[in-house]
Amino acid sequence: MDLSAFIEKYGALLAQGTVDTTVMVLASTLGAYVIGIVLGTLLTVVAPDGLRPNRVAYSVIGWLVNMARSLPFIILLLFLIPVTRAVVGTTLGVPAAVFPLIVSAAPFVARMVESSEAEVDRGLIEAATSMGASTWEIILKVYLREGLPSLLRGLPIVIITILGYTAMAGTVGAGGLGDIAIRYGYQRYQDDVMIATVIILVIMVQVIQTLCNLLVRGCDKRMRS
Amino acid sequence: MIQLTDITKVFDGAAGQNRALDGVTLTIQTGEVYGIIGESGAGKSTLVRCINLLEHPTSGSVVIDGQDVTGLQGRALRELRADVGMIFQGINLFQQRTVLDNVIFPSTLASAAGRISGKEAQDRGRELLKLVGLEGKEGSYPSQLSGGQQQRVAIARALMTRPKYLLCDEATSALDTLTTSQVLDLLARINEELGVTIVLITHSLAVARRICGRIAVMEAGRVVEEGTVAEVFGNPQAEVTRALLQFEGGAQ
Repeated sequence: MDLSAFIEKYGALLAQGTVDTTVMVLASTLGAYVIGIVLGTLLTVVAPDGLRPNRVAYSVIGWLVNMARSLPFIILLLFLIPVTRAVVGTTLGVPAAVFPLIVSAAPFVARMVESSEAEVDRGLIEAATSMGASTWEIILKVYLREGLPSLLRGLPIVIITILGYTAMAGTVGAGGLGDIAIRYGYQRYQDDVMIATVIILVIMVQVIQTLCNLLVRGCDKRMRS
Repeated sequence: MIQLTDITKVFDGAAGQNRALDGVTLTIQTGEVYGIIGESGAGKSTLVRCINLLEHPTSGSVVIDGQDVTGLQGRALRELRADVGMIFQGINLFQQRTVLDNVIFPSTLASAAGRISGKEAQDRGRELLKLVGLEGKEGSYPSQLSGGQQQRVAIARALMTRPKYLLCDEATSALDTLTTSQVLDLLARINEELGVTIVLITHSLAVARRICGRIAVMEAGRVVEEGTVAEVFGNPQAEVTRALLQFEGGAQ
């Protein structure tokens, strides 16, 4: 089978798979960051040396984050099926995949946010406090602002991890490139489809990493001469 | 006027309690440059942090311009802090913000009295940069400046809210001799021209001699000696002052 015949036969399928995967990745990344930034910043703030130390909150949030992170994604995915059905209304398709992807990635993002914020010089926190900044102002204007380049450096790691997870979500009917690779490439022994999905995934990863690198370079104002 | 009365600060550490300040009483008059000198660990930094309550004293009182501020919390505390500028040994500029944005930062906080915004803030920021001799550096980032220039940006930033007091925590200790001298000249000018009262911590007698009117010498959390620079250095009473002077003489 030549290339044009292949594209004619599988082009639409692969294009749909690429769109599904992209949508799953973007929606899950967005959701994971919204929750992860809140959780990670909470961890920073209630830590023993944080702005509002709170031993109980720190332990509880830390424990929740660790628990969610200790489950392999494929297990979490199956474990969450009843919850997914309750929240999303279905366990099939892209929306149903996004929910467990967010649940799985958010705690991971929380730890990355916490570590980015830990890199912010404590002197800056003290300086802002000495100017009369409130806790909120320090979070928004110092932790998140000064930690932004480091946060962005974590972004491709998160996106690419989620991209990997979407393939697993494919096994339970999420659609996307992973689903195609498994159904056509693996179960029907169609090597050409398998190779095509792999090539698309490799290109996606390269594009994500390159875009994120450009973003970081444009944003970090340290050590420039 | 800042009146510190019987200030004690005890830190609870893993190795038991550490009495960082042990009954410190001193008065800083409006308009003067007051120096606090002593070895590392003498309690200078903790003491100056009690003035803007970055450290809350375990006991004792802090009275600023007749108002007892010791128990202030929340918004009232943040408003007090906005009225007391502070600069640091570590300089602490925001690395992701331009020089101008660093300078106007305090005016973007809700606590800033008579909050100014937009163009007005920018104009004041530029004016302050001119005052500290950094015209034309508005759009630079801190990493593009030398240490002395960075500290001058920090001084401009500390003056943004027109504070009556400026606390300097070893502000020149990380700078070389020539730069130190320029920064001290700037501080002296700010004291004279703007009437800002300066409280300056240093372990360097040369710095104290250069700029301070009165000084206090600290050792182990106590003030062991206080007076004008001429009195204290001319006729040192405390053992630690004599040791500091002797070391300085030996080093020269």
